[in-house]
Amino acid sequence: MIKATINNVEIEVPEGTNILWAAKKAGFTIPTLCNHPDLPPGGQCGICVVEIEGVPGLKRACMTPIGEGFKIKTHTPRLMATRRQLVELILSDHDTSCLTCVKNNNCELQQLASMVGLNTLDYKNESREMLPIDHSSISIVRDPNKCILCGRCLQVCSNIQTVNALAVNHRGSETLISTAFDAGLGNSVCINCGQCVVHCPVGALYERSATEEVWAALHDPDKFVVVQEAPAVRVMLGEEFGMPVGSLVSGKMHAALRRLGFDAVLDTNFAADLTIMEEGTELISRLTSGKSLPLITSCSPGWIKFMETFFQDMIPHMSTAKSPQQMFGALAKTYYAQERGIDPANIVSVSIMPCTAKKFECQRPEMNASGYRDVDYVLTSREIGRMMREAGIDMKEMPDEHADPILGEYTGAATIFGTTGGVMEAAVRSAYALVTGKELENVEIAPVRGLKGIKEAEIDIDGTKVKVAVAHSCGHARALLEKVRDQIAEYGKSEYQFIEVMACPGGCVGGGGQSWGSNMAKRARRGESLYAEDRSLPMRRSHENPEVKAVYEKFLEKPNSEKAHKLLHTHYYKRSAVDGKVLPG
Amino acid sequence: MSEEKQCQCAEIQEEELYPRLEEVINQHKGKGEDLIMVLHKAQNLFGYLPRRAQEMVAEGLNVSLNEVYGVITFYNFFSTVPQGRNSVKVCLGTACYVRGSQEVLDKAQKELGIKVGGTTEDRRYSLDVVRCIGACGLAPAMLVNEDVYGRVKSPHLVDILKKYE
Repeated sequence: MIKATINNVEIEVPEGTNILWAAKKAGFTIPTLCNHPDLPPGGQCGICVVEIEGVPGLKRACMTPIGEGFKIKTHTPRLMATRRQLVELILSDHDTSCLTCVKNNNCELQQLASMVGLNTLDYKNESREMLPIDHSSISIVRDPNKCILCGRCLQVCSNIQTVNALAVNHRGSETLISTAFDAGLGNSVCINCGQCVVHCPVGALYERSATEEVWAALHDPDKFVVVQEAPAVRVMLGEEFGMPVGSLVSGKMHAALRRLGFDAVLDTNFAADLTIMEEGTELISRLTSGKSLPLITSCSPGWIKFMETFFQDMIPHMSTAKSPQQMFGALAKTYYAQERGIDPANIVSVSIMPCTAKKFECQRPEMNASGYRDVDYVLTSREIGRMMREAGIDMKEMPDEHADPILGEYTGAATIFGTTGGVMEAAVRSAYALVTGKELENVEIAPVRGLKGIKEAEIDIDGTKVKVAVAHSCGHARALLEKVRDQIAEYGKSEYQFIEVMACPGGCVGGGGQSWGSNMAKRARRGESLYAEDRSLPMRRSHENPEVKAVYEKFLEKPNSEKAHKLLHTHYYKRSAVDGKVLPG
Repeated sequence: MSEEKQCQCAEIQEEELYPRLEEVINQHKGKGEDLIMVLHKAQNLFGYLPRRAQEMVAEGLNVSLNEVYGVITFYNFFSTVPQGRNSVKVCLGTACYVRGSQEVLDKAQKELGIKVGGTTEDRRYSLDVVRCIGACGLAPAMLVNEDVYGRVKSPHLVDILKKYE
C-alpha cells in the first residue's frame, strides 16, 4: 500500500494505482476527456494534468502511478487555467454546431467545457475547412469535423475487437482517424459492431439513422407497420428516460411502441425461442453425425462479418440458423401476413436493436426469403428513444403491456439471448429436452454466465459430455477460434462441440446501438436484469413457447424442415481482408 | 497517341516489379517491426507505393493494412502517387517565403493543375515543397530535378517548366 496526500487529504491505495483513481478515492474528480474505464489510459488529451510537489512540470493523472509520500494538487489556479486552455484549443478545431448534433446533451466535450468553467473562446482556426462526412457504411456515419483525435475508437477497434478498421492517418493539422486509403468505413474491414460509436466522447461517430423512414411508414395509412424488439433493448431503454441503469422495461416498452403508432407490437424474443428450436436441432444432428464440430452460433451480425473476413475456414462450423431478427422478418411477411390476412407487400417490418450491425444484416442481399425485404428498417435503442421523446412519450409513465400475438410470446430462455452466454444456456435447456425427452432440473448454467472473456463448461446430456465455450468481444473470439483452428490442424478435431460468440463486450447488452457512454459496469447490470426477467417468467425453456409450437404446427411442420430451411436458414460468404467486400466464387 | 503508349509501357514495367517486391517481403516475413524498412525498399522499386504493394506488405509482414496506410501518410518521404519524370520543388523556407515563394507555388499549382504532392496525368511533372535548400541568397528559389533556379518570379515559371519534357 502507498500513502500520499491529494489536496491535503491523506489516502492509502495499492501500489500501481494511477493518480486519477487515487484522487477519486480522496473525493476529487479530475476532469478527463480521452480516458475510458474499459480502455488502457493513452494520455492523448492532457486534460487530467496535476501538480506533484517537488516534481517539475505537470503530470497526466491517468498515466502517472502514485508514489510514496506524493503531495498532489489537482485544482490549483495554474491547473485550472491550463485545462481551460486545452479545452479551448480542442474547440478551436471542432465543429461546434452542438444544437443540431446527435450528441447534444450527451457529449463529453460539452460536459467538460462546463466542468472546467470555460467562459470564452479566444482561439479559432481560421483556415479550417469542413471535411466530407463518411456516409459509405450502411451502419455507421463518421464525421471527422467533430473528431477530437482522442483515439478511443481506435483502441476499441484494434485492441478489444482486433478488427483494425481504423488508424491515425496523415499528420500535423491534417491528422485524421480514418480507414485504409481513406476509403470509408463501408469500404473497409469494419464489421459494423459500433463499439467505436459507444466509446466516442463526441458526435464523430453515430448510427446511420432510419427514423425518418420509420416516421413516414407510421404516418402512411396504407402500410401495416410491425415492430420487433431485441432482448437487450428492454434492459437499456429506461436509461434513455433517466431510469436507473439496467431497469427492466419490457411491458413499458410494448406500451410505448403501441402509443408511437405501430400497428402490431411483436417481439424478437419470440424469434429467439424459434432460433433455439432450429439451432438446437442442428446441434443435435451435428453431435449425432460428429460432422462440422464445433457448431458455432450465428446470431451476432458483427461476428458474422468478422468470421467471413478473418476466419473463413470456420464457415462449415457456423450454424446456418439466421439470427432472431431475420427469422422474425421472414415470418412476418409470410406466416404472420397469412394468418392475419394482410398483403405482405403492405407490411413494413421494423426492428429495434441494441446493434448497429443489424442495419447491415437486414440489407444483406440474401435476406429476402419472404419474397420481400424481410426486415425493412433497423432502429438502434438510441434512435427509438429519440423517436419516443419526440412523440412526447415518457417511458417512466407507461403501463405494463404485453406484446401482440402471434409473434409476441416468449420464454426466459429467449430473454437471456441479450447477454453473453445466454444463447448457449438457452440452447442447452432445449437440447437436453430434445435429446433425453426429459426436462433439465436446474435450468441455470452458472459457468457460462458472467463477464469473463472466454467461458467454458462441460454439460452432461444423459451421459453424453458436451464441451462448450462462450466468447464475447471479437478479440476473445479471435483467441478462442485460433485455439480451435490449431486443435483441428493438430488432432483433426477440437475439444469443443458448441461455441457461442457475440461480437460486443458483454454481448448485446453492450451493443453498439445502446446508450452513449457504455461501460462494463453498465453491461453487467443490464445482463443481471435479463437473468432476473428469466427467473420471473412462467416458462423458461424455448420449446415450451405456445406460439413457437403453433408456428410449427400450422406453418413450418418441424424444426429444420424444408420450409424452415428456406425461410429460417442462411449461408455465408468469404470477404476480402482489404475492403470487406464479398470475394468472387 | 504517344501519351497512351507511354502509359501502357509504365504499367507493364510496374507489373514486372511485383515479384521483386515479393522477394523483399519474404526476407521480412511476419516482422511488423520492419515495416518502414520494407516500405522504403518498395518505394525504391516502384518510385511510389501503389495500393497493391501496400496490401502485399501488410499481408506479408502481418500488420493491418491500416497501420501501413497510417505510416505512409505520416511520413512525407512516402508517396502514394507515381512520381513524374520531372520533380519540381518550390522552396518555402523562411527567406524564400518572405520573398514571395507562395506566389510561385500557387502559380505552379495552377499551371500544372495539381496540388502539392501530386503528379500530372501525363506523368511529366510532380510538384512538392521543400523547406530551405541552402539558396537563401537567391530567394525565392526552386528546384527542377537537379537544377536550381533563383529569384523566380511567377511569370518566369512557365518558361522554366517548358524546358523539361
